[in-house]
Amino acid sequence: MTPGDRILQVQNLTKRFGGLVAVNDLSFDVRVHEVMGIIGPNGSGKSTTMNLISGALKASSGAIVLKGADLMPLPPHKIARLGVARTFQLVRILPKLTVLENVIAGAAFSHKPRWGAEAERFASDLLDRLELGDKKDLGVDALTYIDQKRLELARALASEPEVLLLDEWLAGLNPSELQIGIALIADLRSEGRTIILVEHVMDAIRSLCDRCVVMNSGTKIAEGTPAEVLSDAEVIRAYLGEG
Amino acid sequence: MNRIVTYKLAPGVLLLAAAAVLPLVSDGYWLSIATTAMMYIALSTSWALFSGPTHLIALSTGAFFGIGGYLVGTGMSDYDQSFWTMAQIAPVVATALALLVGLATLRLSGVYFVIFTLGLAEMVRNLVSWVQNNFLGSRGLYVLTDFTEAHIYWMLLAVAAVVFLAGSWINQSRLGFALRIIGNDEEVARHVGINTAWSKVILFMTTGFFAALVGAIVAPRYSYIEPNVVFSPELSFMVVIMALLGGVHRLWGPLVGVIPFTLAWEAITVSFPNSTTLFLGLSFLLIVYLIPHGFTGLFETMLGRMRK
Repeated sequence: MTPGDRILQVQNLTKRFGGLVAVNDLSFDVRVHEVMGIIGPNGSGKSTTMNLISGALKASSGAIVLKGADLMPLPPHKIARLGVARTFQLVRILPKLTVLENVIAGAAFSHKPRWGAEAERFASDLLDRLELGDKKDLGVDALTYIDQKRLELARALASEPEVLLLDEWLAGLNPSELQIGIALIADLRSEGRTIILVEHVMDAIRSLCDRCVVMNSGTKIAEGTPAEVLSDAEVIRAYLGEG
Repeated sequence: MNRIVTYKLAPGVLLLAAAAVLPLVSDGYWLSIATTAMMYIALSTSWALFSGPTHLIALSTGAFFGIGGYLVGTGMSDYDQSFWTMAQIAPVVATALALLVGLATLRLSGVYFVIFTLGLAEMVRNLVSWVQNNFLGSRGLYVLTDFTEAHIYWMLLAVAAVVFLAGSWINQSRLGFALRIIGNDEEVARHVGINTAWSKVILFMTTGFFAALVGAIVAPRYSYIEPNVVFSPELSFMVVIMALLGGVHRLWGPLVGVIPFTLAWEAITVSFPNSTTLFLGLSFLLIVYLIPHGFTGLFETMLGRMRK
């Protein structure tokens, strides 16, 4: 695939929880080497969309196509093995594994599986890159919050994902950590990774996203560059209410 | 073979050799205790292969063990089969049952899984008793072989050795790693690409296979088999208690629990034959309260403190 090709297509995606429509007829494309942001007020269906793409939730109707393969009927582990990696809204690391083992967990079962000495070397290099190199052999309870976030990111990167899903990865960081976090994702972007991120931090959206989808009450209300969508009248109304 | 492998294998080989000569140097009483201990070593260690990393406490050992003993009994008594034939058939049947149970319990976690496996063991016991009483005429079965206690002991030792080899292979494999990840966070396991269902089912089948094999080998020890004896719920609990006493996060953990518990249990059954269940409950409470990570956990904590 070359930059600009559509790698992931979300088509008419709908998710109902009983009578509540959490995601309503949502469509958008993600291109190779693009950072796509999904933004919107609380409860607008952003995280649900992430959960539908990664297979954590089953969609009610619609299609999610990754390089021609329909992800909809697949369980999460098969979606992961097609190259979709994610982080979780509330950071989820493996508490009884060491830092290094946490990263190997991401590499061992992916679409480019690594095991044994090769996996250790690969995971170790990743940790060095994310400045966790000196904490490899520690238990995860020794990590600060941002280090836990870094570790979760390292686990996702260890699978060499085709598409990386970051679900509010910057949430909960203090202002100085936030700058570090934004710089880190900017690095990933300049490496040419394909990323979908759900985010509330506007600075991050402006500086990181190539394009954004804005959701409100489960529906897409705008799509375009961050500058375009953030000046859109309907988006402003969704965030600030009727003026 | 490099030096590290030799270093790791050496204690195991020495233990195996020491255990193998035991029947030659001990009298009948101690050999009988050692045979019981060997049975529990094989059962608890294979039980911990699944329940250790996943934290899913399976109370179904008695069911698989019972299938082993019962099939040997019914095959030899009613269908004129040899012990060896039945000892091969039994683990295969138990593995197939474990597959079905595994598939049925995939979505169960925590206490629901515990209750299901306990219920399953009781159901199998009652079902077999019912079939035996209503259709097969007799209640009990005779298992008559030329085996001495020493033969049974050696067979169990061989099974225990295979369990340890299988366990150390699994622990170093991606399958073992997958099970540890599942035990930590099943949601994350799924999202890093692990087929959590099959990983669990395969390990559960492994424990079912070994439990039935042990049940089959031990059958000649009873001579006369009744479903209520071999499908013993007490056995399921004993296996769990011994494994927890030793600690389930190391392959050799259950071994460290089985030996003292078998000795203590022998003393209890001799001194208080009518209140063994009470002591079983008490020991369970004591272990859970005082040494939640077993002897191996205790040992490692002490070692950690000494280093500091």
